[in-house]
Amino acid sequence: MSERTWLFVNARLADPGAGTLAFEDVLVVDGRIVARGPAAATHAGAKSARTFDGAGAILAPGLVDAHVHLREPGQEDKETIATGTAAAVAGGFTSVACMPNTVPVLDEPGRLRWVLERAAHTGLARVHPVAAITPGLLGERLSDMAALVEAGAIAFSDDGRPVMHGGLMRHALEYARDLGVPVITHAEDLSLRGDGVMNEGAVASRLGLSGIPNACEVTAVARDLELAALTGGRLHVAHVSTAGAVEALRRARALGATVTGETAPHYVALTDAACDGYETNAKMNPPLRSAADRDAVIAGLADGTLTILATDHAPHTPQEKEREFAAAPFGIVGLETALGVTLTHLVHAGRMPLLAVLAAWTTAPRALLGLPDPLVPGAEADLVLLDPERAWTVDRDAFRSKGRNTPFHGHALTGRALGTWVAGRRVFELPAAVPAPTLTTGGAR
Amino acid sequence: MNAPRRDLLDLETLPTSEMTRLLEGARAFQRVLASPGRKKPVLAGTAVANVFYEPSTRTRVSFEWAARRVGADAVSFAATGSSVGKGESLLDTVWTLESMGLDLVVLRHGSSGAAHFLARHLTAHVVNAGDGTHEHPTQGLLDARTLLDHWGSLAGRRIAIVGDVKHSRVARSATWAFTKLGAHVVLCGPTALLPVAAAAALGDPAGQVSVTASLAEAVEGADAVMALRLQSERMEASNLPSAADFTRRYRLTRKRLTGAKTDALVLHPGPMNRGVEIASHVADSPRSVIRAQVANGVAVRMAVLCWCRGLDPVEAAS
Repeated sequence: MSERTWLFVNARLADPGAGTLAFEDVLVVDGRIVARGPAAATHAGAKSARTFDGAGAILAPGLVDAHVHLREPGQEDKETIATGTAAAVAGGFTSVACMPNTVPVLDEPGRLRWVLERAAHTGLARVHPVAAITPGLLGERLSDMAALVEAGAIAFSDDGRPVMHGGLMRHALEYARDLGVPVITHAEDLSLRGDGVMNEGAVASRLGLSGIPNACEVTAVARDLELAALTGGRLHVAHVSTAGAVEALRRARALGATVTGETAPHYVALTDAACDGYETNAKMNPPLRSAADRDAVIAGLADGTLTILATDHAPHTPQEKEREFAAAPFGIVGLETALGVTLTHLVHAGRMPLLAVLAAWTTAPRALLGLPDPLVPGAEADLVLLDPERAWTVDRDAFRSKGRNTPFHGHALTGRALGTWVAGRRVFELPAAVPAPTLTTGGAR
Repeated sequence: MNAPRRDLLDLETLPTSEMTRLLEGARAFQRVLASPGRKKPVLAGTAVANVFYEPSTRTRVSFEWAARRVGADAVSFAATGSSVGKGESLLDTVWTLESMGLDLVVLRHGSSGAAHFLARHLTAHVVNAGDGTHEHPTQGLLDARTLLDHWGSLAGRRIAIVGDVKHSRVARSATWAFTKLGAHVVLCGPTALLPVAAAAALGDPAGQVSVTASLAEAVEGADAVMALRLQSERMEASNLPSAADFTRRYRLTRKRLTGAKTDALVLHPGPMNRGVEIASHVADSPRSVIRAQVANGVAVRMAVLCWCRGLDPVEAAS
């Protein structure tokens, strides 16, 4: 009996692509979807399958995080591919796109291959490297983009830094178009950020901290939308935090542009008030914005302007974060809180239906990154079992990630992954939370 | 020590009742300083460290003398060129001092929130002697003490604070102190040097803070005008064309003060750039209380040190 052969019963199957959520059996044989619905149990392959009783929970395609920092190579004190992907599967993710700002930067084919090899040996989730647009993220010239795509790059980004040179960005979009991959823009005008460390506004003024104005993001998004229109390149705007950027994307998409945008759970759940008390675990870039921006971001998700949720998971060590606010690095972890935060603040708050939120974690990022739909017969079975009603309290000390830098520590959330399967292999089981699977076997007995 | 945990980190969160008590204590310590002995050794045996990550003369000396006049053992520690230069973190540096028996640390640091950060991690009490562009609470108290000495009460008074408000910890602490005592504060400077949403940031609900780029408007009807030091590092940043250009519109001169009350007081936290933010004839005029501010600094800090160590500052001085 293959450990990658399962008959999932008594679970509601969420198919965000089809827009359906209903009790439906799923048969996985040797890691691939073989049958769905009534045909699953009667299929010949079901005889050798272990039956997994979902106990009424939701079985969904594994979540995809289009934006994580795995820190390996070079910053293994913060995170490794092993710990980062362990955190991913604990959060319900089966695939992550890792950003290239490692040490060294992922700007050469050999470095991408190293990451892929490392992930094959130590990773629990699938790892898809995003390659650097410019060598060293220096913004000076283009990386060897064709070679990087051949080596496995699924997208290009200088994330963490913007490509300030407009001409260079134009050509990056042109090459990316030729190569059939997206460019993920970290939209920021560094001259407007200046020495800013949090959102510009009353909270920053009161705390005496330098502010980052919304215009820092909005002007950069506006430039890149124009360049996308000019080149026809596929532009994806990372971590949208401002009402202005949402509106710019809305207009561009209304005009038929193929641009997409993502936001992160923290921009949905929090505002710059979270920085009060010089809370460095609420410090990230772009920064937490005003309540009006948060509401605009939620509205952008709800009306389909922002189609993708991504965590921008950015682990740092405690000694790096436990510092004076200005000296602490930008970034927070997100893989293990993402599903709970978005179900709590979007679904349970009545802002979006469950299937729409799941689509932003599954169908939409898969479309962006060109990943196959895992619910189609023949596809590798990347699945998550989740309970949208499961109440739990975030405990950062229980994270699989090395990072403890979360603003959600102690927050009460509703909704959690109970189990995760990658290509039919069970890679995560929430301890003492899942009803013991009914291990019945068919004819192989 | 069973003293209650007290840190003076900012005036924003300091209850008005406590602030008033500190100001009353400062008045009592003014009398101690004027008495022949000039000391009140109520903190004998208390170890105080003045840890200064930024250069300072007046604040550091003022804290040192204040500590000695209440009987504490004070050391001063310029954190430049020490182990800090070898990369030691702020917290490790102060932990080292705590291991040597430190009871109270007076911290001057270039990073906003540095004192709050220390207070979360230390057993020793923390007095903020200026954190970045956030607050300088003992300066705010001595400014308030100085005005109280002249007026008796700040209620209904109108006080203009002029200059680089955005980067001024003095302005923030003074605003909290003055508004809590019932005054109206007008923040004034070129828009590029004013905090964004300043009125909302600094406690507008009561409508006690207003903001203007017009010096004439700010000064109109003012009972006091405070000129802020224009820091030289700002003169090179993009938010200021030049010191001369600033001077053209914002230097406090006798002529520009004509709209203020005839007996309006002039304050400056020092050190002054004479001729830049304030004309010498104003700084040295009878209406200037700049030297009184400095003198009051010692009394205010004596009260603050006693209060941090759990003493009632008025009783400590009597």
